[in-house]
Amino acid sequence: MPLDAHVPSGPIGEQWDRRKFEMKLVSPANKRKYTVLVVGSGLAGASAAASLAELGYDVKCFCFQDSPRRAHSIAAQGGINAAKNYQNDGDSVYRLFYDTVKGGDFRSRESNVYRLAEVSVNIIDQCVAQGVPFAREYGGLLANRSFGGAQVSRTFYARGQTGQQLLLGAYQALERQVGLGRLHMFPRTEMLDLVMIDGRARGIVVRDLVSGAVTSHAGDDVVLATGGYSNVFYLSTNAKGSNCTAIWRAYKRGAGFANPCYTQIHPTCIPQSGEHQSKLTLMSESLRNDGRVWVPTRGGDTRAPGAIPESERDYYLERKYPSFGNLSPRDIASRAAKEVCDEGRGVGPGGRGVYLDFADAIKRLGENTIRERYGNLFEMYQRITGENPYAVPMRIYPAVHYAMGGLWVDYNLMSTIPGLHVAGEANFSDHGANRLGASALMQGLADGYFVLPYTVGDYLATAKPAPVNASHPAFREAERGVADRTAKLLAINGTRTTDSFHRELGKVMWEYCGMARNEKGLLFALDRIPQIREEFWQNVDVPGSDAELNQALEKAGRVADFMELGELICRDALERRESCGAHFREEYQTPDGEALRDDEHFAHVAVWQYRGDHQTPERLQEPLEFDNVHLSQRSYK
Amino acid sequence: MFWRSTIGKKMVMSVTGLIMVGFVLVHMLGNLQIFEGAARINAYSHFLHFTINELLWLLRIILLVSVILHIVAAIQLTRIDRAARPVGYERKEPQAATIASRSMRWGGLALALFIVFHLLHLTTGTIHPVPFVPGDVYANMVGGFQMWWVTLIYVLAMIALGLHIFHGAWSSIRTLGVNRPKARPTRRPIAAAVAVAVWAGFTLVPVAIFFGWVR
Amino acid sequence: MNLTLHVWRQAGPSTEGAFATYEARDISGDMSFLEMMDVVNEGLIERGEQPVAFDHDCREGICGSCGMMINGVAHGPMKATATCQLFMRHFHDGDAIHVEPWRARAFPVIKDLVVDRSALDRVIAAGGFITAPTGGARDANNILIAKTNADDAMDAAACIGCGACVAACPNGSASLFTGAKITHLGQLPQGQSERDRRVLQMVAQMDEEGFGGCTWHGECQEACPKNISLDVIARMNHDFLVASWTGAGDKRD
Repeated sequence: MPLDAHVPSGPIGEQWDRRKFEMKLVSPANKRKYTVLVVGSGLAGASAAASLAELGYDVKCFCFQDSPRRAHSIAAQGGINAAKNYQNDGDSVYRLFYDTVKGGDFRSRESNVYRLAEVSVNIIDQCVAQGVPFAREYGGLLANRSFGGAQVSRTFYARGQTGQQLLLGAYQALERQVGLGRLHMFPRTEMLDLVMIDGRARGIVVRDLVSGAVTSHAGDDVVLATGGYSNVFYLSTNAKGSNCTAIWRAYKRGAGFANPCYTQIHPTCIPQSGEHQSKLTLMSESLRNDGRVWVPTRGGDTRAPGAIPESERDYYLERKYPSFGNLSPRDIASRAAKEVCDEGRGVGPGGRGVYLDFADAIKRLGENTIRERYGNLFEMYQRITGENPYAVPMRIYPAVHYAMGGLWVDYNLMSTIPGLHVAGEANFSDHGANRLGASALMQGLADGYFVLPYTVGDYLATAKPAPVNASHPAFREAERGVADRTAKLLAINGTRTTDSFHRELGKVMWEYCGMARNEKGLLFALDRIPQIREEFWQNVDVPGSDAELNQALEKAGRVADFMELGELICRDALERRESCGAHFREEYQTPDGEALRDDEHFAHVAVWQYRGDHQTPERLQEPLEFDNVHLSQRSYK
Repeated sequence: MFWRSTIGKKMVMSVTGLIMVGFVLVHMLGNLQIFEGAARINAYSHFLHFTINELLWLLRIILLVSVILHIVAAIQLTRIDRAARPVGYERKEPQAATIASRSMRWGGLALALFIVFHLLHLTTGTIHPVPFVPGDVYANMVGGFQMWWVTLIYVLAMIALGLHIFHGAWSSIRTLGVNRPKARPTRRPIAAAVAVAVWAGFTLVPVAIFFGWVR
Repeated sequence: MNLTLHVWRQAGPSTEGAFATYEARDISGDMSFLEMMDVVNEGLIERGEQPVAFDHDCREGICGSCGMMINGVAHGPMKATATCQLFMRHFHDGDAIHVEPWRARAFPVIKDLVVDRSALDRVIAAGGFITAPTGGARDANNILIAKTNADDAMDAAACIGCGACVAACPNGSASLFTGAKITHLGQLPQGQSERDRRVLQMVAQMDEEGFGGCTWHGECQEACPKNISLDVIARMNHDFLVASWTGAGDKRD
């Protein structure tokens, strides 16, 4: 498999311009002859679908939710980065680029990241034009806040609902195209297979979740914008429906899967309260701007937080990382929390929590300012835990949050399958081994608004795919495969629920492939996961039929794919014999416990190629070259 | 376009409703003159019927048109609203709706029936317990409220009117898009004051006559 | 705690539905309402019965997927709280809980507690946007927006499209939903050029979908998980009146 990233030549600052000029264009009259299938309607999917429809392509967009507005991008709270330098604090495209590469622990492709930083400024302009109500200063200018992993204030926000507002902007642009008849939206429709003809992606097989009907859609280009796969851990901050099915089916059709082991743990989530827990709730990292993280100095200290004197508190992030302090990047903050809890100094039920304390900020700024900044987060915390965070410190603990890994894409966001583009969290690009806060929204919108509209056109103009329709035998074959699998799930009639398997898988993943990994644990997981999968296929109980709304069936199909992906994640984690960013291998650390990279052997993207259900996938490499950023050990001290 | 939309119809109801509230207030002030004696109120009646006769008819036409539009819009909107929920809830607990807001439709129907009764009673004298003398408003009113059931109908109708105005006067203003920031649905002092004034002003007369305070 | 649930069960859009009674045992106060439903559903699957279908996704109160009538109140007894953020500590051992789907002509039941809310998408498609094709925007700071305006717009923009306003309204009206979008966009300078057209098209679509009219009961505001104020309806009406008056309606396309 060729792993040419198709990065344009020349200095990094000119690459995107050069590529845009080199690209072939589709004439306006021909655009409507091309059908683009966009799967997913989050920031990347909705913005791509709307922009492509505006250009004149015939666009079909699919989402499993009942409305495109509900995609999980909506839950992003804190903000979106852009190198606007409105605060005059020394920001620039180059600095955002540098911070992102460094934050990703030097495991991302420089050229992609540079382009991301470049178009970040256009995103803010675009969103404001759409009416996104970003926070403003009294003078009417845009406000900014600071965020983890950066020393400048470059994060734009709309209260604690930035993802919602950005998504609604893209959703409204999408609905506008729907109203104009240029875009067809298929809600409650789940993609279950990718259809290949002559080595190109030519369509998808979907299941109508209401009627159960399995049908096909043919197209000239397929865009997957289906989000991340953190739900492989069962408990994560993702929405319950977030799944890997679309990208997994693409993987099984030949798309390379890059860096699956890069899964990010978010440091500020509400700790688990019991076995019944169905998901974990994240609170924006922006809380760390004003909150101070601490645990008691002494293990087993069960006093109420207020009764612990200042001298017996360990503000461990400030102590260990004096220059970034509470704003250290996510992976570092998460691991530090795990460390203090492993030492027995954790707080709350089960000792799996640390304090995030706003007492100083409230004293300094007043309760009203804090309410203004984080009001809705505080309310959410209180609603879930029953505790008032204005009076007692919050308790937080890390939780799986984001998947930096995903389908491999080249500079044009095309996967190893011609005609299959991948955008947003579903692809692997831009964030390396760790994503900085407020960068996911930036990437999703950059891909959808400002990259795909160019590169999809370039593909269509270059490849000139011949007309195809869904009567081609390849579609029949794929539909049969989908129907067979569904029938198989329904016929098992075992004794365990899908959730019980999912929980079991999640525990293995969290225990052996979570915040810290080691060879022994990973080998155990690689042994255990196939056993769970085998039992699943023999003993799961999926009630109902395939000819109706059947949420149990949907769930079973998704969990079946997670069972396979989980194994690939562990395999990738095992093979990456270094620590980098979110991937922390206990065997590879500095004497003071920091991640120890091995640039000589692992400065590459690991790309997994499917070779059959009973074969070990092949591990290919895309070497990473750093011409602009000096490889160094990340230091936030 | 305007009339076809639910908001347009609602605005017609608002405007016509506010016209009727204006009428009702003037009507009430006229009624209260009964406490100043027969001469005063009869003179007022004479003024209306002879001095400004043409104006009176103009106002009557406006009022009649208002009533018709109000009722037509109400019927159409009620049908739309009912159709909007073909299957009802088995259990539904109102959180903010008041007796006034929930009784607008039945109360409105009751008021329509009452208006017919009222016109037959004191305008045309068709239903009138003692001989009806056109022009002698004082005598007709005093004679008209001697029977307990007549008085009771008026008292009940005025409660309905008060409630109707309490919700209607406030919501009309809101329907027309006047936006008093942060208004709460339960806090609306002006509407309450108008409603109480109308209820009290109208109830006072029949009750006073019935108990013989005015004879 | 142990609870008794009376849940609406309906196999499909055109089949008759009925209430079924289930016991929910050993429910912890730290569970969300949906987690309690998960427990009930796992029990149903283990007994070989069909689980209760309900929409849900983010489970953090922002996606707007979930929503049920709980004891006759949209999203249940807590103010400004979506069903997924309703915690069982607000119920008591031995409580009977009534669970029904949203009821409105525009929201036909698909199955059990799942309803079709695509009418709300069509209301947005009719005009709930600012026409700003990708790439043509000027610098974001060239548009000055007073903080109070931005804040008011944000208050209205917080709508999650759950449909509780429609469900709670005795008339099945979507005025709060539609008014919220009209208010959000109408507050901003970017939204001015399409303001007349927007309100006329959205109101027309809202009526066409079969939602009822507003009679100012205020039930929607109480049900709204995002505390959206009735003011947005007054504002929608104001804009509608202005747009109708200036004849913008004749220029509809």
